[in-house]
Amino acid sequence: MIKFESVSKTFLSQKKAVNAVDNVSLSIAKGEIYGVIGFSGAGKSTLLRLVNLLEKPTSGRVVVNDRDVTSIPSRELRQLRRRIGMIFQTFNLFNSRTVYGNIAYPLKLARIPKDQIKARVAELLSFVGLEDKADQYPEQLSGGQKQRVGIARALATSPDILICDEATSALDPETTGEILKLLKRVNEEYKITILLITHEMHVIRSICDRVAVMENGRVIEEGQVFDIFANPQKQTTRNFISSVQNDKLSPKLLETLKKSHKGRLYRIVFRGGATSEPILSQTARKYNADFNIIYGSINELQGQLFGSLIVEFPERTPQLEPLIHELSQNVEVREVIDHES
Amino acid sequence: MKVDWNTFWPRILEATGQTITMVIFTLIFGAILGLVIGLLLFVTRKGNILENAFIFSLLNIAINIIRPVPFIIFLVTISPFTRAVIGTTIGTWAAIFPMTIVAAFVIARVVENNLVAVDPGIIEAAKAMGASPVQIIVGVLIMEALGPLILGLTFMTVALIDFSAMAGTVGGGGLGDLAMTYGYQRFDGSVMLVTIVVLIILVQIAQFLGNTVSRKFLRR
Ligand SMILES: Nc1ncnc2c1ncn2[C@@H]1O[C@H](COP(=O)(O)OP(=O)(O)O)[C@@H](O)[C@H]1O
Ligand SMILES: [Mg+2]
Repeated sequence: MIKFESVSKTFLSQKKAVNAVDNVSLSIAKGEIYGVIGFSGAGKSTLLRLVNLLEKPTSGRVVVNDRDVTSIPSRELRQLRRRIGMIFQTFNLFNSRTVYGNIAYPLKLARIPKDQIKARVAELLSFVGLEDKADQYPEQLSGGQKQRVGIARALATSPDILICDEATSALDPETTGEILKLLKRVNEEYKITILLITHEMHVIRSICDRVAVMENGRVIEEGQVFDIFANPQKQTTRNFISSVQNDKLSPKLLETLKKSHKGRLYRIVFRGGATSEPILSQTARKYNADFNIIYGSINELQGQLFGSLIVEFPERTPQLEPLIHELSQNVEVREVIDHES
Repeated sequence: MKVDWNTFWPRILEATGQTITMVIFTLIFGAILGLVIGLLLFVTRKGNILENAFIFSLLNIAINIIRPVPFIIFLVTISPFTRAVIGTTIGTWAAIFPMTIVAAFVIARVVENNLVAVDPGIIEAAKAMGASPVQIIVGVLIMEALGPLILGLTFMTVALIDFSAMAGTVGGGGLGDLAMTYGYQRFDGSVMLVTIVVLIILVQIAQFLGNTVSRKFLRR
C-alpha cells in the first residue's frame, strides 16, 4: 500500500544540511494502522509528508498504490492526493468556510455534482457525529469537534489511505480517546489504511497494529506493537514504553530498594502465554533458590497480558548464573543496574 | 465677502458627487491592480509557488518608492504621465489616474501582508486535497484573508477621501477644491465648515460599511 524504499530527505537550512529522514525503508500493508513514534524533530512529519509528496525525497522511492509518487506528473499527483486523506495536529480547517463548506471543499475540487456533495457531506457528518454543526464556523467548535471535521473532510473523497500528523496531540486525554476510537472506526468500517505519527506511546498502544520508532531521521526499531512492547531493543523505545507502563523505577525508589535489598535485582518480563505459567517459581524451585518480588506491573496489550516484575535473588544464591540462563529461555530477563533498566 | 447660499448648496452637491466619483473609481481600479500586484508579490516571494527574486524585488522597490512620497508631490511629479494617458492634467479623470497608481501600490502591500498572514497549514491542507495553485489562490488564500482585506480596503477608502481633496486642488474638482477656492482663498469659514462636515460624514459612512462587511468575513 505504502512503501518507503531507502528514502532520504535532506533540508538545507542556513547552509547546514539536516537529514530529516535518513535512509528509511518501511512497508505499510493494506488495511492496517501503522504508527511512527519519535521525539520532536525525529523526522516523523517529514516522513509522513513524503507520502503525498508535500515533500520530495532527496533520494529513494516512495511507492503508493504500486505507483512511484516521485515520478508522477503534477496533474496526476493531484488526482493521487484525492486518494490520500490527511489530518493535522492543528486541524487546519478553512476558517472562512462552515463545517459543511470545509467537508464539501475537496468534493468541489473533484467536480462532484452539488446534490451528490450534499448527500456525501450529510453521510460524513453523521459518521463523525456532527449532524447539527453543518452551518457553524470552525471558530465555534471545540478542539475535538474540529478534528472530527478534519477527519470528515479527509474522508470526503473516499480515500484508500489516511495519514495523520499528530492528530490528537492538541487534545485533552478524554477527547484524544474519542478521536482514536473514531480513527479505529475509519479503519474498520471504511477499510482505510492509516499511517499515523505521534510522540505519545499510548496512541500507539490504543490503535496501532505495527509501529516504527524513529530517532534522528532513522527507523531504529520496527515491528508488531505487541512484540515491540514486550521486547524493546533500543533505549529510546524502552523510554517510550515506560512512559505508558509505569513499570520503571524512579531513581529515588531504586536507591531505597537497593539499600533494603542487598541481593541482585532482575527485571523479568512476561508476555502472552508466559503469564499463565508459573515459570519463575518452577525454575527457582529447580535450583533451590529463594526470590523476592519487590516491584511489578501487569498490563493488557492488544488483548494479551503483559507483565513486568523486579525480583531480588539473594547474593549467596549458589547457582544464580544457570538459573538466570534457564529463566531467559522462557521469559525476558535483564539485570537492574540503574533506573533505566 | 458673503457667500451666495442659493448657488452654494448645488455646488456642494456637485463637489460631493465628484469626490465620490473619484474615490469609487480609484477604489475599483486600484483594488484590481493592487490585488494583481499583491498576488504577484506573494507568489514570487522566497519559498512560494512561483518564487522569482527579480519580479519580487522590482515590485517591492516600486512600492517602497511610491508609498512614502507625499501624495501632493507625487501628483505633480507624475503629471506628464497623466497628460500622456488621460490627455489632460485637469479634471476628475486626471485626478483618478495618479490616485489609482498610489492606491494600487498601497493595496498591493495590504494584500501581500494579509496573504502572508494566512496559516500555511491551511494552504498545505488544500494542497494535500489536490488543489491546484490557482484553486489555492482563489478558493483558499483570498477567501481566508477576505476579512482583513476588506478592512484594509476600508482604510484605503478613507485615505482616498483625503487624497481626493488634494487632487482637487490641482484641478480635480470635488470637496477639496471647493474648500480651497471658497474657504481658504476667500477666507470664508462657513464654507470650510460645511465641507469638513460632509467629508467627515463620507469617512464615517465608508468606515461603517467596511466594518460591517468585514465582520461577515472575519472568522478566526
Ligand atoms: N522545511 C524545512 N526546512 C528545513 N528544515 C526542516 C524543514 N522541515 C523539517 N526540518 C527539520 O527536519 C527535522 C525533522 O523535522 P520533522 O519532520 O518536523 O520532525 P518531527 O515531526 O518528528 O518533530 C528537524 O530537525 C527540522 O528542523
Ligand atoms: Mg511533527
